[in-house]
Amino acid sequence: MKSAILQTATRYLLPILLLFSFFLLLRGHYYPGGGFVGGLVASIAFVLHSFANGTEATMKILRYKPLSLIPIGLGIAAISVVLPLLFGLPAMTGLWFEEPIPVIGMIGTALFFDLGVYFVVIGVVLTILFTIALEE
Amino acid sequence: MLFTVLTGLITSSLLIPFGKFIKTKWSILLPLIPVILFLYYLLQLPAVVLGSNYLQHVNWVPSLGLNLDFKLDGLSLLFALLITGIGSAIFFYARSYLKGHPYFDRFFGYLLLFMSAMLGVVLSNNILSLFVFWELTSISSFFLIGFNNDNKDSRNSAITALSITGLGGFFLLAGLILMGNIADTYIISDLVSRREVLINHRLYPVVIGLLFMGAFTKSAQFPFHFWLPGAMKAPTPVSAYLHSATMVKAGIYLLARFTPALGNTQYWNTTLMIVGGFTMLMAAIHALFRTDLKAILAYSTIAALGMLTFLLGMGTTEALIAASVFILVHALYKATLFMVTGIIDHETHTRDITKLSGLRKVLKPVFIAALLAALSSAGLPFTFGFIGKDLIYEATLHYQQNWQIWLTALAVATNIGLVAAGFMAGIKPFTGALPQEYEQTHLPPISMWITPLILAILGIIFGIFPSITGDYFSHQVANAIAGQETNLHLKIWHGLNTVLILSLTTLAAGTVVYLFNKPSETKLAALERADKFSARYVFERVTDRLTIFAKWYTDLFHNGFLRSYHFRIILAAELLLGYKLWLSGPIYINFDQLTPLSWYEVGITLILLGALYIVVTTKSRLTSVVSTSVIGYAVCLLFVFYSAPDLAMTQFTIDTLTTVLFVLVLYKLPPFINLTSRKVLVRDAILALGFGAILAMIALRILYEPNTTEVSDFYGENAYLLAKGKNVVNVILVDFRGIDTMFETVVLAISALGVYSLIRLRLKSSEKE
Repeated sequence: MKSAILQTATRYLLPILLLFSFFLLLRGHYYPGGGFVGGLVASIAFVLHSFANGTEATMKILRYKPLSLIPIGLGIAAISVVLPLLFGLPAMTGLWFEEPIPVIGMIGTALFFDLGVYFVVIGVVLTILFTIALEE
Repeated sequence: MLFTVLTGLITSSLLIPFGKFIKTKWSILLPLIPVILFLYYLLQLPAVVLGSNYLQHVNWVPSLGLNLDFKLDGLSLLFALLITGIGSAIFFYARSYLKGHPYFDRFFGYLLLFMSAMLGVVLSNNILSLFVFWELTSISSFFLIGFNNDNKDSRNSAITALSITGLGGFFLLAGLILMGNIADTYIISDLVSRREVLINHRLYPVVIGLLFMGAFTKSAQFPFHFWLPGAMKAPTPVSAYLHSATMVKAGIYLLARFTPALGNTQYWNTTLMIVGGFTMLMAAIHALFRTDLKAILAYSTIAALGMLTFLLGMGTTEALIAASVFILVHALYKATLFMVTGIIDHETHTRDITKLSGLRKVLKPVFIAALLAALSSAGLPFTFGFIGKDLIYEATLHYQQNWQIWLTALAVATNIGLVAAGFMAGIKPFTGALPQEYEQTHLPPISMWITPLILAILGIIFGIFPSITGDYFSHQVANAIAGQETNLHLKIWHGLNTVLILSLTTLAAGTVVYLFNKPSETKLAALERADKFSARYVFERVTDRLTIFAKWYTDLFHNGFLRSYHFRIILAAELLLGYKLWLSGPIYINFDQLTPLSWYEVGITLILLGALYIVVTTKSRLTSVVSTSVIGYAVCLLFVFYSAPDLAMTQFTIDTLTTVLFVLVLYKLPPFINLTSRKVLVRDAILALGFGAILAMIALRILYEPNTTEVSDFYGENAYLLAKGKNVVNVILVDFRGIDTMFETVVLAISALGVYSLIRLRLKSSEKE
């Protein structure tokens, strides 16, 4: 499905959608959003790009196989789970910085946990879709 | 004590990365592990002799009562010394036996795992950790029996052994938990004080029945004995170590360990005496018909285990003393005989006693070891076996009136068989003329024959100076089994009494049987004709039937069609939910409580119905997929109206991606052809409508439920206080129920890996079925 309009559009839509997905991830703790839906929106951004330019082209801008995002995401989530153990607290205790950071807001382990979910979701969705799309 | 258990486990796992390294000359490090552990336990000996018990407590999962409690008393120490001592001998021996074997590292990995597990069994003071280690011994035994995994017999024997001992393990677990609950403690040393509660409980027979199942399967008692001869498919060091000296005695250990708490009741004694007595006589007779050296030893091991069960069943102090000594006697001579057999097999490549003879000329030191062990097993005066046999006869002769003659006769008959079997295995291959084909047989390296020789000589030293073990060591073992102070004093010379006469009679009769019994293939074949009535035959028929049933069941339910899986899952859900709804009575709709319909609800419902109509009637796949996503979006809109933005957002994106996924898959499929018959369509329609109706009824029923908001109130109030978040849904996901989310992401990852590997999997044509 090669269409010049769509190709041009995705050039701008991809970064905007990715930014939007990250925005959803960050605001999740206070307003509707979160890692899961953020990851889905990011995946949709890449899927849209692959529709316009072909899956190979999308794989090229991704550089690494989407499969590799899964261990990264699981790793980040797992670290945020066990991090409190280092401080002598039970696993999964929420740890937060006292002061909010500009733009991002409050930073704590929950945010990193959500970030892990975000990456896993992107990895899973893109792995499944691209594997099927590239199958001969 | 914990470190002795962990050493083997850690070394065993270290062999995975360092396997190559250990195959070189550094393999000498391996036997050092049991040697060090053996020395450690020898150092504990003085304290235990003085009657002190060494306790160690490590918290593991305290909330489940699962703690690592260890206790070292006489009984544990006897077994710990056997495990590490015989283990040291076996490790040295196996290092030469398996030299150059491609799986050398793997073998020692399993062996170390076994040693740790077995130490765990005998040291555990907590019945749950005892069970965990117990199962580990079964598992390591499975790997060792099936070590030659390209041999089908080997694999079958391993599976038989695992299923029998594993089956026993299930019963044992049930028995242990039941016992723990009745006694209200999982600490073994505390069980003794709860003895009255335990033996008067109405479930007492069940508890000991389950316990017996565990012990009998592990210690190869009739009717579960048949896995042990099969287990002889393992390399000989394994047979010597696991299947004669240590692991098969775990069942005996279990019985001995629980004797103070549960023993000496009528159920306990009668069962053990009948089972043990029958097993020992049957196995002793069986042994005489075997031509394979290892089979002879296997059956004589079963007979010895039967003897131990029988002695524990008699339960008199004398019988318990006899058992505590006989464990050591048997381990010493049987391990030696097994190692000798291994040497013969290794050097001549046969274990057939009808072919072997005259090997004394070429394997002199091996012959000495075998001879000493055979004599100890025969109970010749000045061997340790003599002491053991004396104690057994003393125990049977002093049993209660009316029974003593029969029990003594039974013990004598078994011992006659054991004498003959010991001679067959230890003397027969070495006497007579040396056949020409074995003239070139040469002596194996010293590390192989020195270890059996040491064990055999120990049997003689203990026989001449029985007080070495008796006064100090066996005394404490007997105390631990009896749960009270016993009076044990081992002597060589008791005077000219009945016991001595019985001993000498046994020896003479056994020698006569040995001289006149000529086992041969034909006799063996005759014996096997009676196989139809054996326990093994029954077991094999049952497993055959089970396999057929499993195949039938799998074919029925796993036919590979997604549609039939869906059909069955939904049907089952309908039946279960429908039954539950039917039980809960009629449903009324209270129209007064319903909010009035708004125009957008009506609009969305119309869209839903329209899309639904198209899905069902369309002839194009693409149209049906698009219509399905229209339904999804319509539901999203409903979520938005009912203020569930998070849910709506997620559903929206998911629906989009699902549609993309469908299109990608459908794109590759051939054009739509209507193959489904009208009948099937009607069936599916009824199923679908039924499911919809049930869900609708559940929704209506929920309206009845009292409107409790305790949980949502808690989350609402605490989201910001405890988790610094204002979006309750997100706080639940990442904080309150974060572990759930963690595992859900893992599930997602697994499914992605599944898709990836299934689609990317390219089987070579040879790999396809």
